Amino acid sequence: MNRLFRLRMFAASLFCTTFLVFAPASAERGKDGQLNLLYWQAPSIMNAYLSGGTKDIEAASLVLEPLARYDETGAMVPWLVDTIPSLENGGVAEDLTSIEWRLSEGLIWSDGTPFTSEDVRFTWQYCTAEGGGCAQVEKYGGIVDIETPDARTVVIRFDGPKPFPYTAFVGAQAPILQKAQFTECLGARAPECTKANFYPIGTGPFVVEDFRPNDVVQFLANPNYRDAAKPAFSKVLMKGGGDAAAAGRAVLETGEFDYAWNLQLAPDVLARMEAVGRGKVVSAFGTVVERLVLNLTDPAKAIGAARSTREHPHPFLTDPAVREALSLAIDRDLLVEIGYGAAGRVTCNVLPAPAIYVSRANEACKMQDIDAAKERLDAAGWLDTNGDGVREKDGVDLRVIFQTSTNAVRQDFQVLIKQWWAEIGVDTQLRNIDASVFFGGDPGNPDTFQKFFADVQMFAGSFDGTDPETYMSSWLCARIPSPENQWQGSNISRFCDAEYDALVRQMRSTAPMNERAALAKAMNDRLVQSFVLLPLVDRGRVSARANSLGGVRINTWDSELWNAADWVRTDAK
Amino acid sequence: MPEPRPPSAVPALSRWRSVWKAFARHRGALLGGITFLFILLAVFIGPLVWTLDPGFADLRARNQGASWAHPFGTDNLGRDTLARVMAGGQISISVGLAAMALSIGLGTLIGVLAGMFGWLDGPLMRLTDLFLSLPLLPLLLVMMLLFNESLSALMGPETGTFVLIVSAIGLTSWMPTARIVRGDVLALKEREFVLAARSMGASPARLITRHILPNVLSPILVSATLGIATAIITESALSFLGFGFPPDFATWGQLLKDATIYLQDYPERVIWPGLAISLTVLSVNYMGDGLRDALDPRARR
Repeated sequence: MNRLFRLRMFAASLFCTTFLVFAPASAERGKDGQLNLLYWQAPSIMNAYLSGGTKDIEAASLVLEPLARYDETGAMVPWLVDTIPSLENGGVAEDLTSIEWRLSEGLIWSDGTPFTSEDVRFTWQYCTAEGGGCAQVEKYGGIVDIETPDARTVVIRFDGPKPFPYTAFVGAQAPILQKAQFTECLGARAPECTKANFYPIGTGPFVVEDFRPNDVVQFLANPNYRDAAKPAFSKVLMKGGGDAAAAGRAVLETGEFDYAWNLQLAPDVLARMEAVGRGKVVSAFGTVVERLVLNLTDPAKAIGAARSTREHPHPFLTDPAVREALSLAIDRDLLVEIGYGAAGRVTCNVLPAPAIYVSRANEACKMQDIDAAKERLDAAGWLDTNGDGVREKDGVDLRVIFQTSTNAVRQDFQVLIKQWWAEIGVDTQLRNIDASVFFGGDPGNPDTFQKFFADVQMFAGSFDGTDPETYMSSWLCARIPSPENQWQGSNISRFCDAEYDALVRQMRSTAPMNERAALAKAMNDRLVQSFVLLPLVDRGRVSARANSLGGVRINTWDSELWNAADWVRTDAK
Repeated sequence: MPEPRPPSAVPALSRWRSVWKAFARHRGALLGGITFLFILLAVFIGPLVWTLDPGFADLRARNQGASWAHPFGTDNLGRDTLARVMAGGQISISVGLAAMALSIGLGTLIGVLAGMFGWLDGPLMRLTDLFLSLPLLPLLLVMMLLFNESLSALMGPETGTFVLIVSAIGLTSWMPTARIVRGDVLALKEREFVLAARSMGASPARLITRHILPNVLSPILVSATLGIATAIITESALSFLGFGFPPDFATWGQLLKDATIYLQDYPERVIWPGLAISLTVLSVNYMGDGLRDALDPRARR
């Protein structure tokens, strides 16, 4: 007994000493020098509200922070507050029409000024301002007013019961902007505030030192960060450009960079890179769905300014039979095998997680059925009467332009899908566009995915949190990108369905979890069964970190850089 | 500089025969010519023999090494590499020849005009300097971005891109030819036989076609062969950067681009198109070299 006790004591003291030896090592700001991040899709803006691109949101998340965010398990963690308001602790009103956030004490912006509830209120005004084209406006849906009784209290009032009130100011897509900096940038002037959009003042662990759009961003540790011992890195270099293969190589094979994001590479290529032994591939499944989006509006160049707007319906993709046939012709299993291996799985839903929201009604898409696809087209009157291998009806040929970003896996998918579509009599012309342009959201560029000047395009989409309400409202009629909203908007298909809109409204006022799940599934089914979105692959997020980088907890529910303040340099080789 | 002589002094037939003799004596040129001819045959006649569709993805035969069914192996989608190299060669060589024709035509026109007409010399040569000072690759990329969509819509993706690439390369590579031709024309203009023709009242058009052009033919021919090589390389670079033909059209540059990520696992996928580009360019350069020696009467002696 005595011996056992002594042994335990010894083990405990050993544990303590190890802990003590390691603990102080990470307790000094900036001791670990420079952190090198490789985001091969280079950030083009540092303001999450003016870009739908993940790369921009992730870059901004080093500087701008929300009130609460999600950890890698999908659980909400308080960030600029001490507790998450809930019904139990009285933070959410009994009638679900308001929520009260209490900001942590002593928060200051990186410029030294105090962070107050006024900034939070201003952020809401900024994103909902008329003509601002805020990319995250659905986060602020249903808010009628935000009250600021004192400098640390924020009371959000909704237009009705809001069963899931954690959309505004939660997650990397809805961070707080500084009122003093952005006050002149409301509404249509938002994109013109270049200085503010490139050098936002934030509360995060880093501040922007130098920003070169689509190239490189340099950050310094925030001298006013709330935890005096963090971040461990004094500088961050976020380099853009190149492609996924070069990025993977830079971390896994040559060790030039510490972290490479979004390594969409063929599985065998990635495995070989990891075998070199300089770094680790980190991955996690979340909500990322690689999908084909069909354009319900006419992208023909001849239409001019009104191309890809609802004024001109698409000549044949408005026919559900054509859309269904395009889906039936695709062998999703093979796509996963070729493109993703273990980092992907077939999905027939745009909402692939969490489990309670996953519909089981669409499993049929997992089987490729070329004959059924041909039957659908025959039945709808699309026949190849002139023998050129392409079906037509009323003088309209089934010829599509299929675009996506430049990426080896996506180009392989394009070739395969083109071949399958050729089998059912649909001619496909392929285009690929540089990823920084395609996802850049620049209203002046014709090749962005929001403008969608093509018939079909492929990209991945996801949502940050565990509640899909915001994500599902992406396909509201009001969210269609158009010249009026500077082509910002998440309803890329230009899908407009009154019943779908009604489901979104219903979900906004439904509290019980199982009913919300049923609504989410119903919306998913409506989208998928009308074949405006053809889900292909549920993608795990794959990134790579150097062996010497510690603290990485890859997160599919928020920015991957969500805990960059805790990242440290370790001794591992 | 070639020794100009009145066109009637030596019968044309014997002149070309002696050029051919000199060319055939140049071993590199002969070898280059044979190689180029072989590549041309392989690329344009080969697909009639090797009938696999270069675009067809045979998904049961992915990532295969060399075999009788696929002598060059298959890529990661099961497309036959031999068929793709041949199809790629058709596009790359066609682009090379067409762009060369355009740039030679343009270069000769501008060179002759500048050499013949003094008042045009200044403006045209400054234009040449201007084009020479433009950074070509960025200019090409911008042209691709700006015009690719409209041309593809007008003529279909393949022809549209072909026309665009050919004109882009042609319009940016005529300058050396123009300078060489102008220099030769300036020298020829003062020769006695030209003066004689002029004093007999020959019109400028007749002077150019009968007396000047036949005598500047050799530098034009030489820069034409070298132009093919440059054009093929430029097209490959564009495709490699992803700005050439759409991703499903195999060109040599595109094949290289697709293969780079598999460089370590399947090096042969880079080697075949790379070898094709190198061999073509090298053989064309040797031909040019031999042609220059053969056409220069002083070097022949």
